[in-house]
Amino acid sequence: MTAILIQGGHLVDPSTGMDERRDLYIRDGRVAALELPGKLNALAKKERAKIVDATGMVVAPGLVDIHVHLREPGQAYKETIASGTQAAAAGGFTSVCAMPNTSPVNDSPETTRWMQAADRHAAVHVFPIAAATLGSRGEAVADYKSLQAAGAVAVSDDGKPILDDSIMLEALAQAARVGLPVIQHAEDTRVTQGASMNAGALAFSLGLRGMSVDAESGIVERDIELLARLRKSDPASRAHLHVAHLSTAKALEAVRRAKHSGLRVTCEVAPHHFALTQAAIGDYNTDAKMNPPLRSEEDRLALIGGIVDGTVDAIATDHAPHALHEKEQEFERAPNGIIGLETALGLSLLVLHRQHRMPLTRVLALLSSQPAQVLHLKHRGSLAVGSFADVVLFRPNDDWQFRASESKSKSRNTPFDGWKLPGRIQMTMSEGRIVHDVRLSTK
Amino acid sequence: MAPFCHRSGTMLNGSMPIKRKTAANKAGRKTHAAKIAGNGAGNGHSSSIRPLLALEVSPSISPRNKIAIPQFHGSAATGFLHPGSAISVSHFSVEDVDRILTEASELEAMPVARRALCYAKRRVALLFYESSTRTRTSFELAAKSLGADTALVSALSSSIEKGESLKDTGITLRSLGAECIILRHPNSGAPYLLARSTGLPILNAGDGSHEHPSQALLDLRTILAHLPPSARTAVKQNHSIHDRVLQGVTVTIVGDILHSRVARSNALLLPKLGARVVFCGPQVLLPEYAAAIGPGVEIERNFERALKQSNVVMMLRIQKERLAGLEIDLEEYIEQYQLHKQRLAAFAPAAIILHPGPVIRGLEIASEITDGPNSAIAEQVYHGSIIRMALLARALDAYPKRNEHSSKRR
Ligand SMILES: [Zn+2]
Repeated sequence: MTAILIQGGHLVDPSTGMDERRDLYIRDGRVAALELPGKLNALAKKERAKIVDATGMVVAPGLVDIHVHLREPGQAYKETIASGTQAAAAGGFTSVCAMPNTSPVNDSPETTRWMQAADRHAAVHVFPIAAATLGSRGEAVADYKSLQAAGAVAVSDDGKPILDDSIMLEALAQAARVGLPVIQHAEDTRVTQGASMNAGALAFSLGLRGMSVDAESGIVERDIELLARLRKSDPASRAHLHVAHLSTAKALEAVRRAKHSGLRVTCEVAPHHFALTQAAIGDYNTDAKMNPPLRSEEDRLALIGGIVDGTVDAIATDHAPHALHEKEQEFERAPNGIIGLETALGLSLLVLHRQHRMPLTRVLALLSSQPAQVLHLKHRGSLAVGSFADVVLFRPNDDWQFRASESKSKSRNTPFDGWKLPGRIQMTMSEGRIVHDVRLSTK
Repeated sequence: MAPFCHRSGTMLNGSMPIKRKTAANKAGRKTHAAKIAGNGAGNGHSSSIRPLLALEVSPSISPRNKIAIPQFHGSAATGFLHPGSAISVSHFSVEDVDRILTEASELEAMPVARRALCYAKRRVALLFYESSTRTRTSFELAAKSLGADTALVSALSSSIEKGESLKDTGITLRSLGAECIILRHPNSGAPYLLARSTGLPILNAGDGSHEHPSQALLDLRTILAHLPPSARTAVKQNHSIHDRVLQGVTVTIVGDILHSRVARSNALLLPKLGARVVFCGPQVLLPEYAAAIGPGVEIERNFERALKQSNVVMMLRIQKERLAGLEIDLEEYIEQYQLHKQRLAAFAPAAIILHPGPVIRGLEIASEITDGPNSAIAEQVYHGSIIRMALLARALDAYPKRNEHSSKRR
C-alpha cells in the first residue's frame, strides 16, 4: 500500500489533545508519523507518497458511530452493508457498529462473521453488535463468548428492550465475563403500546398515543439498580451498561447519579434528539417519527446540558433506513427511525459548536475517541502513531446544504432534507484508503 | 350565476338572517391551506433552508418521491393541501366559518330540485376505513342532494383488504374521476397523507382521535340556532359570524375527551367565536394537558360544577374500541358523569344537550334526556346534512372543473 502525506491541515485529535497544525503521514493503513508542517516532505518524496493538500481543513480521526442499522442480512431493500457504509464514509464515519435487529436477528457467530466478510463490500469498518438474547426474544441470553470471538463488540436487543429483571441481570453478568457492554434500548414496552410520539399536549392535539418520559427513565433506573446489585455481590464485576439513544432529562439524571456513584454506566445521544423537538412532526411528518420519539424543548436542552457537562459519552446516529413506501403511510403505521450518518457531524457542529459554543475538539471527542472507548474499539477514533489511518478532512466553517436525494444511503427518510449545515466533509479515509472524496462525488 | 341555481337571502333555521355572499367572494378565500398551496407549487418542496430553532418542519415530499401521474384535471399531486379541503378546523379563519355557514343557509333555502342541479354529475368519493352509519349517510345524502355522483369505498373493499396503501387508493380514485374525497380513517392525520398524495380537496369525516371538522361546524350551527334572543340580535346586526358571536356561551364537553375527535374540533372551533369550552371527565379520559389544545379551553372535573356554568352540554360516548390498556370503572363513571334528569334539573335546567352519536343510552346519558325537551340531538343530524352540503360545495367550487361538466353555478 502506498504512503500518503496529508499536509497543511489543522490536526484535531481529542484522544491525544492535539489541536495544532500538523502534517500526517500514513503508511500501510496506519498512522506512521505526525510532524510540524513541512517536516515530512522529504520522507514523502523518498517514498513517493501520495500528497493530500489539507490547507484550510481540519484533519481529525475518522468518526465512530456505535449505533447504526445496516439492515443486512434480510432487508437489503432498505440498506445494505455496502450502501450504509458508503453513507458512513460520506458523513466522515470510519467505524460503524451495526445493531442486530436484522433478519435473521444476529444472535450467532455465523451471522456476525457474515456481516464482516469481504463480500459485503463495506467501505468502512463494520463492528457487529450481537443480540443479547436469542432471537432478541428476551428469554434466554445468547452465547457471548462465541459471539465475541466472531467479532461482536457489544450485545443488545435494540428495539426490543430486555424487560425481565433476571434476564437483564444475567446478560450484564455474562457479558461482563467476556468484557462486552450490554446496550439497552430503554423503553418499557408494556406501557408504550400503540404510542407513536412523545406523550403530552402535542400528542393530545394530534390525537396520537404518547410515549411517556417514564417509559424510558423507568428502565434506565431499573438497569442501574441491577448493575448496583451486581457490584454489591461482586465488587470486582466489570459489568457495563450502555444506554442507547437517551432522550429524556429524567433518564439523563439517572445516568448522572449512577456515574457519580461509580457505576459503569455510559450513554449516547442521537443528533436528532438534540437538534429537534416533537414540533418537527408538524402535520404528521413520518420523517420525524422515531423511537425514542422527539421530545420536548426542556428535554432537548437537558440533553445538550448533559453533553456539555460530560454525562453523555457519545453521539450516535441510530441511522435507521426505511423505504419510501414504508414512510409514506399513516403516521401511526409508519416505521420508526431516520437516516443519520451524513448529517451527524453537521448537526453536531451546528447545535453544539456554533449554538452552544462547545470547543471543536470536544464535539469531535463525542464523535470519535469517546464512542471508541465505550465499546473498546482499539486503535480507532485516534490519530496517535500506530492507530488505524481512519481520517476525516473537513472545512469547519464551510456551510453546505444536505440533500436527501443525494444521500449515499438506499433510503431517504430524514427530516433534515434541505438543511444548511456547517462542516463540509472533503475526504474520508478508512485504514489509509480514500473512501470518500468530495472532488470525485460532487456533481 | 346560472338561472337554475339562483339563490335568495335566507334564514338560518328559520330565525337568523345571514348576508348573502356572491360567488365572487369565494374566489377571495384565503385559508391556511391556500397559503401552503402558494409556495408548494413547482417541485413540491421549497429550496429555502429551514431554520433549525424555529422547529417548523413543513411536510416535504422530495422530487424523487413523486410518481408521474396523468393529469386529468390540471391538478398535480404536489404535496400540498388543496384549499377546498376541510381537514382541521384549525385551518379555518372566522371568515371561512362565516362563508361555510352562509353557504349552508343558501343551500338550505334552495328548492330541492334546483339544488340538485348545482353540482350535477360532479364526482365525489366516500372512502371509509371505519364503519360509520351516521356520518357516511349524511355526507352521501348531502352529495346526492347537490346532484353529485357518489362512489363508496369501504375498508372491506378488495383492494384495501389486499393491502393497497391509502396513497394508491387515493390516486386510483382520482384517476377514476373523483373530484373530492371524503375520508373516514382510524389513524389520526390520515387526511393529510391523502391530500398530499392526490392533490384533491379532502373532507375529513373523522380521523382517529384527531378531528371531525364537519361535526364541529354542525354543532356550531345547532348552537347558533339556540342562541338567546339578545345574542341573536347581535348576529342580525352584523349579518355574519364574527369572533364574538358566542361571547358568554359556555360549552361543556363531557366524557372520553382523550379519544374524541369531536371534542378536539369543537375545542378549536368554538373559542374562535368567543365561546368558553369546559372539558369535564375523569383523569384517565381527560389528561391535564388537554386544556393546552388552544385558548378558551378549561378543565372542570366536577360534573355538577361544570353543569352549573353551562349553556350547552355535549355528552360523549366512551370509545371502548380505543381504550387499549386504560381501565375505567363504568359504574363509578355513570355515578359521576351520567347526565340524567335530576342532575340536569338541579344544575343546568336551561342548557341544550348535544351528542355526536352514537348515543349509548343508560351509560353517558339517560334516555329521558336524549328524548327530553333540552335535547338538540335530532337537530344536530339535520344541521349535519346542511353543513356537509356546504363543505362539498366549497370543495367542488375550489376544484378546477372539467369542461364537459362546466358548472351550473356561474
Ligand atoms: Zn433503539
